[in-house]
Amino acid sequence: MATAVDSHRKRRLRRPRWIKEPFNSEARAGYLFILPWVIGFLVFTLGAMIYSLVISFTNYDLSTDTATPVGLSNYELLLKDPKVLTSLGNTLYYAVLSVPLEICFALFLAYLLHRIPDRGAGVFRIIYYLPKMTPSVAAASIFLLLLNGNSGAINGFLGIFGIDGPQWLIDPNWMKPSIIIIGLWSVSGTMLILLAALKNVPQDLYEAAALDGAGAIRQFFSVTLPMISNALFFCTIVLTIAALQVFDQAFLLFYRDTASGSPDAALFVGVYLFQQAFQQFNMGFAAAIAWLLFAIILVITIFQVRFGNKFVYYEGGR
Amino acid sequence: MASVLKSQPQAAAESDPRDKSTAAPSKHFPWYKPRSIVGRIVLWALLLGFSVLFMYPFVWLLAATFKPRQDVFDNRLIPETWVFTNYVEVWQQLPLLSWISNSVIIALLAAGLVTISSSLVAFGFAYFRFPFRNLLFGLVLGTMMLPGAVTMIPTYLIWKELGFLTTTVPLWGANLFGSAFYIFLQRQFFLGLPRDIFEAARIDGCSYFGLFWRIAMPLSIPSFIIVFIFEFQASWNNLQAPLIYLNFGSPDQYTVPLGISYAMSLFSPTSGGEADYQYVMTAALLVTLPMLVLFAFGQRYFIEGLAGQGRKG
Repeated sequence: MATAVDSHRKRRLRRPRWIKEPFNSEARAGYLFILPWVIGFLVFTLGAMIYSLVISFTNYDLSTDTATPVGLSNYELLLKDPKVLTSLGNTLYYAVLSVPLEICFALFLAYLLHRIPDRGAGVFRIIYYLPKMTPSVAAASIFLLLLNGNSGAINGFLGIFGIDGPQWLIDPNWMKPSIIIIGLWSVSGTMLILLAALKNVPQDLYEAAALDGAGAIRQFFSVTLPMISNALFFCTIVLTIAALQVFDQAFLLFYRDTASGSPDAALFVGVYLFQQAFQQFNMGFAAAIAWLLFAIILVITIFQVRFGNKFVYYEGGR
Repeated sequence: MASVLKSQPQAAAESDPRDKSTAAPSKHFPWYKPRSIVGRIVLWALLLGFSVLFMYPFVWLLAATFKPRQDVFDNRLIPETWVFTNYVEVWQQLPLLSWISNSVIIALLAAGLVTISSSLVAFGFAYFRFPFRNLLFGLVLGTMMLPGAVTMIPTYLIWKELGFLTTTVPLWGANLFGSAFYIFLQRQFFLGLPRDIFEAARIDGCSYFGLFWRIAMPLSIPSFIIVFIFEFQASWNNLQAPLIYLNFGSPDQYTVPLGISYAMSLFSPTSGGEADYQYVMTAALLVTLPMLVLFAFGQRYFIEGLAGQGRKG
């Protein structure tokens, strides 16, 4: 009698066939190990995203912690507020310019380092990496003076060639390029990833290409580029996501003081979002901006992945 | 026994087919190294030229810290009049010592906690087999791509709700729960360890936690160091979180980045300062130095950690 009950219970507890692993003690221990991440995910990722979506449909009053539902009006404000469009345009301008420039510059530097013996490359690698170790505030305060239109070293350098350097930090046309210059100065993280990829390209591919009569340029486009396309693809996606959220340098150079009166030429979505949320305390509207930014990042990333997969070469197929 | 164990991850790393970076052949003269003298001169000139470009701001900064106020903008790399008082006065002008100690405490907490939590989670994903493992790990990878801007506002409200708003907790608290990129990194490292040692230890009666604590952890010290120094740097450089969470207290509670940002405004002529940029420059140099020291000691780990990133795509 008892055995019949047992077997009945066992049958009821049997897991569905599509779950391959059993719920045994190993599984329970595994869940215990990943528990910290699960809690963090539920609270600070999934929970936070739902919370943020809810807030975006309300007017959140920070002093009383009450949220008044306002329907779609925050999203309507996205269309009405001219600064949203300005900041979006600025952000896209920055991303479209900075990402290809950083990739090309990083690839060029990696290529140079790849061409010399490893011992010499080590020294240059350290020198090129130092800007990446500099805190963004330190970089911003140095470049605040270097980019000064009247007495900055950069315009002094341009002056040697008879070029009358622009007012980098005041002229709206040159504010975004200023931030791109600082970004290029600390490009070395990307450079190291691409250098590792270059070193991973098998030698025999070059030898085979050379035997077939391919010159240096042909080898670069037909061997090197396809073989490192994976790393290039990865860097492009990561840099694009970062560029669309750019904050530190623009904030430090232009919007540090609420009364700085800097033109909106470097007002990126990340900066405007911060201003709305933590200076104006319009949490609901800021949450709506955040969702707009998220949607844009998502669309661009999906587009890049779809488009990139056509060009990325995967060793051993996909 | 210990020596056998120690040599194993080394062997595992060497036999890893993806890890060809260390074994770049340099026996023959590869095609891409310039053969002609002219090519070599151009190459070295470019390398040195870029070195000058990258180093110039540092040299300029170092020089500026030894200049009196009116000379900061003269762009001389060797100061006309040497002034050593900036290094003394900056401590009186700005609460730099408080900033540095705040930043050190926060960075140590942030890095220490994220190293422990991420490695626990990573070991869970690397060793154990349980239902929905791949689905959950896919979610981990998914959160890596999630822009921080989306969760910034609710995270602030969550910390506010929990009553941690005027403390430094929001600057390291979330690190208790692991971080996607570090989980990925450490999982890769744990997967490189041969499963046989764990099975053997299980037969010898080792507990599941013992597998992590007594086998996986001692064998993965490099990956622990990588995660620790990456997060230490990230925390030390973080500007946005202190801006959100610490900007309302007195300047004594600031971290280094927030403090320098405050100093930039304090001395800026547009906001009523007297353009005492020599102090900002000295402070900027002083807070960059710890990072340069970190890099000097952990260079290998930085490069290894970054090179690993490219392989995950």
